[in-house]
Amino acid sequence: MTVTMSPTSVVSLPDDPFTIENISNPYPLHEKLREAGPVVWLEKHGCYAVTRYEWVYEILTDFESYCSSGGLGPKDIRKEAEWRPPSILESDPPTHTVMRRGLAGVISPSTMRRLREQFAPFAEELAEEVARRGDVDGIVDIAERYPLKVFPDAVGLRPDGRENLLPYGSMVFNAFGADNDIRAAAFQEGERVAAWVMDSCERENLTETGLGADIWTVADEGRIEPQQATLLVRALLSAGVDTTIFGIGNTLYNLAKYPEQWEKLKAKPQLAKFAVDEALRVESPFQMFHRTSTVDTEIGGVHIPADSKILLFMGAANRDPRKWGEDADVFDLDRNASGHVAFGMGLHQCVGQPIARTEIELMLQALATRVDRIELTGEVTPWIHNVLRGFARMPLRLVPNS
Amino acid sequence: MQSIPDTGSSTASGTAATAVAPEPEHAGRFGHDLEEVVVERLETLAEGVRRLTLRTLDGSEFARWEPGSHIDLVLPDHVRQYSLCSPLADRSRIQVSVLHTRDSRGGSEYVHRSLAEGDVIRINGPRNNFPFVDSRKYLFIAGGIGITPILPMIEAAEAAGREWRLAYGGRSRASMAFADELIERYGERILLFPEDEVGRIDLEGLLALPRAKMLVYACGPEPLLRVIEDYCMGWPPGVLHTERFVAASLDAGASAEPFEVELTQTGKTVTVAPDQTILEAVEEHGVRVLSSCRGGICGTCETHVVSGEVEHRDAILSEDEKRFGDCMMVCVSRAAAGCPKLVLDL
Repeated sequence: MTVTMSPTSVVSLPDDPFTIENISNPYPLHEKLREAGPVVWLEKHGCYAVTRYEWVYEILTDFESYCSSGGLGPKDIRKEAEWRPPSILESDPPTHTVMRRGLAGVISPSTMRRLREQFAPFAEELAEEVARRGDVDGIVDIAERYPLKVFPDAVGLRPDGRENLLPYGSMVFNAFGADNDIRAAAFQEGERVAAWVMDSCERENLTETGLGADIWTVADEGRIEPQQATLLVRALLSAGVDTTIFGIGNTLYNLAKYPEQWEKLKAKPQLAKFAVDEALRVESPFQMFHRTSTVDTEIGGVHIPADSKILLFMGAANRDPRKWGEDADVFDLDRNASGHVAFGMGLHQCVGQPIARTEIELMLQALATRVDRIELTGEVTPWIHNVLRGFARMPLRLVPNS
Repeated sequence: MQSIPDTGSSTASGTAATAVAPEPEHAGRFGHDLEEVVVERLETLAEGVRRLTLRTLDGSEFARWEPGSHIDLVLPDHVRQYSLCSPLADRSRIQVSVLHTRDSRGGSEYVHRSLAEGDVIRINGPRNNFPFVDSRKYLFIAGGIGITPILPMIEAAEAAGREWRLAYGGRSRASMAFADELIERYGERILLFPEDEVGRIDLEGLLALPRAKMLVYACGPEPLLRVIEDYCMGWPPGVLHTERFVAASLDAGASAEPFEVELTQTGKTVTVAPDQTILEAVEEHGVRVLSSCRGGICGTCETHVVSGEVEHRDAILSEDEKRFGDCMMVCVSRAAAGCPKLVLDL
């Protein structure tokens, strides 16, 4: 039941974005929330929900009024400790500032040129293999394999134990959503996995060259503390795997769903970078997280008290017709997707986005030059995850060029 | 160069010419071509700083220009860029202020020693590599003569009712043009740092803690901008806008000529006008380039250079990378003077 109060009061709804139904297909609820108002009170979770582009953008970019140190999950971790030491994502200036400046030279255009060279051969190899096989699973055989190989190599992670990366990412991101059964399942092996990851981020466990070693060099220069180096390497490992997997999977899904768009890409493989951004917009891997208000504030005329938890829906903002037009739900390579908030916006905007973009683009280009048609041969299985949007299974037929 | 005694009587004919222009906001003088103007007034504003007031030969108005714009002064043997620093609303005249630099390559030397009121000189532009983007708050930082492009920005920020502050540093109070009038007009919003009295600009105090919804506009000597850039790595991406006045661009030159870019992927050849970026020019021809900050900061529009010599204006590439020249940021960088064509992987 919808309870609409006076115009300055908040619309209150009983909906739960973290049910299996809403996770499997989030878009009907997104539309309902967007149309209900600039901000909605979610009764079940006792937090505000913001889904319109204008306000998601405003909150992301006003890091003074809406802080990150309250945590990206439902708890206010300034008052109640979280399961792990706060990451750069869960920090505000000046703590954030020191770490962010430390990363500036680590991920730079020259890093990217080097990584592109490193990343390209495996994209070609993998595309060759799956194009030959034809019937593949878009997730297991492509989306998971590619980043799981190239990214930990780029960081300089030891080869053994990499199977811990996915469970770790699952914990990190699930904790940004409700404290429910989905989260609990992700945490089954929590302690062991978290310990392995923290240990792997220590300098002696990283290769001598790589992004991890580069971060430790920043610590050697005295620009960040050693424990911050550990946290930054950890941030790369937690933020750079799952999201990229879903980024590749979601891009393939949309290209399979819209064959005419695949035709466009095939005709001009250099459009791959636009396909990546449009897919990130329409099927954003990182759908939701929380911010915490630091002061009494207002969202679209609704008073928000200080210390309120606000759940931001990047996935809904990226399909807001007010911003993207009436066909906002449609995947279209000709659309200008710039300004989407799939990587966040402002101070905490994803620092690894050039890496993610490059990975997805290379994989896509390698496929576009080899595969004539890409077809879904069965139902996709959504990945049940509190805040990440993607698929667990995606049966695909890749018809190679004749 | 010619000197004319008095052209005040030609105002009326100029007005008639602008009255028939189809787009009033673009009416008035300024174009891509060189234009002759008369030096109406020369004033010494501070130690080593000379202000030139220029008007058109026929007294017609100059076209509307945006804060951050500069013009080329075409001087004997030199073309030099100077930021417009006159009131935005007064289009009857434009002003630039020129610092007499000790290691002058001749431009400022000429302005300070040879130029006289009544001289006719040629200008080109305006062009804007330092566009003023709307924001709720601004922090302006000026080092020395870097104050010039900031003045119209302050005027625009003030007119729009935005929150702003200026930190302005110089060797000594006597060397800092406009300092007194800024203090008089804006009071506490102006933070003056005459180095011989209070030391250098307190960048730690200004920039150590990033602020939300605030853009930083900085113009000054290279070492100052480098430090500001380093601080701003801790700010949201894209907040920092800089203009370098001793950059390579002023040496080898910002070619005032149009140049061509040949695009290997699309097979098009596009002409880039002097007041246009490569990004704007290729977009106008329907070629899509991924871009974000459009100010040479974020690196999104990095483009592979197949051939041609680039004048790099971004804040991303290292000096080595710039020399290597295999890539460029098409949102700000251009063809180097003497290079009529760039071939790009677009």
